Amino acid sequence: MADITLRVNGSEKKVSVSPETPLLWVLRDTLELTGTKFGCGAGLCGACTVHVDGGPVRSCSTPVSQVAGKNITTIEGLSAQGLHILQAAWIAEEVPQCGYCQTGQIMTAAALLAKTPHPTDEQITQAMNGNLCRCGTYERIRKAIHWAAEGGKNAGREIATPGDGKSEPNGGAR
Amino acid sequence: MSPLSRREFVGGVVAAGAGLVIGFYLPHGSESKKKSFSPNAYLRITPDNKVTIVVARSEMGQGVRTALPMILAEELEADWNQIEVEQAGASTLFGDQTTGGSASIRTTWDPMRKAGAAAREMLISAAALTWGVPRSSCTAEGGQIKHAASKQSLAYGQLVAKAATLPIPTDVPLKQSKDYKIVGQRLPRLDSQAKVKGEAVYGIDHRVPGMKYAVLSRCPVIGGKVAGFDDKESKKISGVSYVGKVGDSAVSVLADSVWGAMAGRRVLNVTWDEGPNKDLNTAAVMASLKQAAAKKGANLFVAGEPAKVSGRHVSAEYELPFMAHAPMEPGNCTAHYQGTSCELWAPTQVPQDCRDSVAQAVGLDPDQVKVNVTLMGGGFGRRLEHDYAVEAALVSKATNVPVKVLWTREDDMRFSTYRPMSLHQLSATLDGSGYPAALTHRIIAPSISGQKGMPVPNGVDPDLPDEAGPVYGVPNYLIESVIVETPVPLGWMRSVYALQAAFALESFIDELALSAGKDPLQYRLHLLEKDQDLPYFTTTWKTSRMRGVLQLAAEKAGWSKPLSPGTFRGIACFGCFSSYMAEVVEITMENSQPRVHRVVAVVDCGQVVNPRILEQQIQGGIVYGLGNALRAKITIDKGRVVQGNFDDYAPLRMEETPVVEVYAVPSQESPTGIGEPSVPPLAPALCNAIYAATKKRIRVLPILSS
Repeated sequence: MADITLRVNGSEKKVSVSPETPLLWVLRDTLELTGTKFGCGAGLCGACTVHVDGGPVRSCSTPVSQVAGKNITTIEGLSAQGLHILQAAWIAEEVPQCGYCQTGQIMTAAALLAKTPHPTDEQITQAMNGNLCRCGTYERIRKAIHWAAEGGKNAGREIATPGDGKSEPNGGAR
Repeated sequence: MSPLSRREFVGGVVAAGAGLVIGFYLPHGSESKKKSFSPNAYLRITPDNKVTIVVARSEMGQGVRTALPMILAEELEADWNQIEVEQAGASTLFGDQTTGGSASIRTTWDPMRKAGAAAREMLISAAALTWGVPRSSCTAEGGQIKHAASKQSLAYGQLVAKAATLPIPTDVPLKQSKDYKIVGQRLPRLDSQAKVKGEAVYGIDHRVPGMKYAVLSRCPVIGGKVAGFDDKESKKISGVSYVGKVGDSAVSVLADSVWGAMAGRRVLNVTWDEGPNKDLNTAAVMASLKQAAAKKGANLFVAGEPAKVSGRHVSAEYELPFMAHAPMEPGNCTAHYQGTSCELWAPTQVPQDCRDSVAQAVGLDPDQVKVNVTLMGGGFGRRLEHDYAVEAALVSKATNVPVKVLWTREDDMRFSTYRPMSLHQLSATLDGSGYPAALTHRIIAPSISGQKGMPVPNGVDPDLPDEAGPVYGVPNYLIESVIVETPVPLGWMRSVYALQAAFALESFIDELALSAGKDPLQYRLHLLEKDQDLPYFTTTWKTSRMRGVLQLAAEKAGWSKPLSPGTFRGIACFGCFSSYMAEVVEITMENSQPRVHRVVAVVDCGQVVNPRILEQQIQGGIVYGLGNALRAKITIDKGRVVQGNFDDYAPLRMEETPVVEVYAVPSQESPTGIGEPSVPPLAPALCNAIYAATKKRIRVLPILSS
């Protein structure tokens, strides 16, 4: 066991854990920040993504001792006030289904936009490819990132999905 | 206006056969039933004008916590913005609460509508009595009862006390679909904000004061048992407080943190009795299917006499592997056993099974077990099992503390229940134009229900009636099922047998079309050209509706227009869970591998409740189906599951995900399934596109290993 001081979402937290404990479990079990998810434990799915000094990090594979003193941001601290524009985008584009992977997706996307404010489709794919979603929300994630990159200027507009206005589910009767 | 009565309402009228469940559902015992109007278990309105709708199915991403309340709110004429949603735990008030079989909407459509309509009628009566006017002069709208002549209105909350004194009507008028204001609208899901903020509480997130964490070491060989264990090293790990057997085939390590439990398990020394399956492998399972294929099975569908038709005979065999669900949230459950009670917080598709199996495992009566249903990070059928719940309850009983059992990804992959491996024999006798005068589809596969000891009436696995029906109006048509036993644990995985049946049938039909020199779409339409009813167990499949989805898919995909050079396409259709589905897949080939760029998907699922959620379900089913088709394969070697994580069992990622266009055929028929029907046509449509590109026919899934 070791006493480690972490800087999480802007506040100092003292924890007493064994130093090889992955950051994920310190966040979830010790600090009760459960927005960061466990998916694979091997850095393969991205559900546990947090920011360390602004960069995306797989917290399931990062020993807590490596991030002592660094700035750690979790989904709970992504936006100091209200929704982060990506969270607004995720809602506007109706991204989440089960939602379990989405906090990790948003953290990865936020790191992308911080470096590349107007990513191309290819840059989005490259950045997001490490984050798995079993509900298959990838194309809406792509749209949501574009939405946020455009500053949400399409907010309020009905989300353009290919089905809109063409299929008229149940029919134009209403 | 008379003073409002505060008489507590006691439900005493049961509308037999009407699907209206009368009684109270009291979550966590905290909500007082006093002062509220609760004409049935699905609804509670309080004087503060809060309308609470209870959802008795589990939310695993498919949108039931939004779509089911929409159905009740429609009939209630509620203001959608005043609705609050509450998750029911295991109860006796709602009938079977299993969430599966794409059944949540189709089985609650009538009870939810009737529940809303009954309440609406009672509120109208309450207002009419209050004002001393005829009922017929009052209308319900936007959460209020209005009386146009006197320009009076009362909010539902103001009427609850009076309404609660009235008899519950048993025969209520239901709205016509043309009058719907909520059903059919693209309403946003109610759970998005909590999910994007990290505030949504899944099973894995639920905390109970004093809770400890357990991980289990399970016998790596299927059917093996614990011979003994040495916990000396485990107990040296800081925080590990208990090591003990769970049932015959696992040892749990309990600690005050997940990481401590995992560390304790890593150094736990268990000796295993590997049992009878230590030499089992998947090749042997397929060999057993091929051997069993010689047997006569049970007839699922018979038209005419296929064996008596003469002509040119063609046949082909198709093979599919074991697959794992792999939902993003690994298995887990929290349990607190306290001698005469046990409370669970379970991410489960089967709260009642969890209740009953936990009761049996820990020696309590079912009504001593309380099951709270949490949000789920995906299910796909994996949480139709209750293993996680029983483990948590047993460890809690052994240690007298609340326990969260957590499965790692490797646990999930290796100790899952798998989509059964299957073999399909397709044969046809062709007429002079190359169309099947006779068609036979033999499904050789283990029975999931049979393996679990559930009834298999007349040798027919109870899933097949929803998942392996006839598609075409072929005059002599036989669908037959041969059941084979296997020791590999089996489970219901999204679309279950339909994925298999569709892959085989729709690949074969494509082979027949091309060998007849005909366009695959026109060939299918020819087989559907006559309006025919194809009765299959409780569903009557209609060739007209299948034709409808095919035609719309072809139109939207531009089937008659040439593709750009290097792009190829395939088409397939199938029906399951009473819905009709057609898909057109467009691909290019890159380094001999298919790359899917676009999928056009058309569904006929009757009345659409929420088109936005429907699109999510269909897009998601296609991504899931594409991952299944390309790579999903669980291999058994030396009795052990080989795959362990998302590297060797690799789901689809963003770079492989196509654009999916979704269309629904307008319909006012009662709603049918939507969670699963988009999965089955994807693999055959893709393989048909690959054939168009390469002239190589794929008869063994997954594509990338065959």
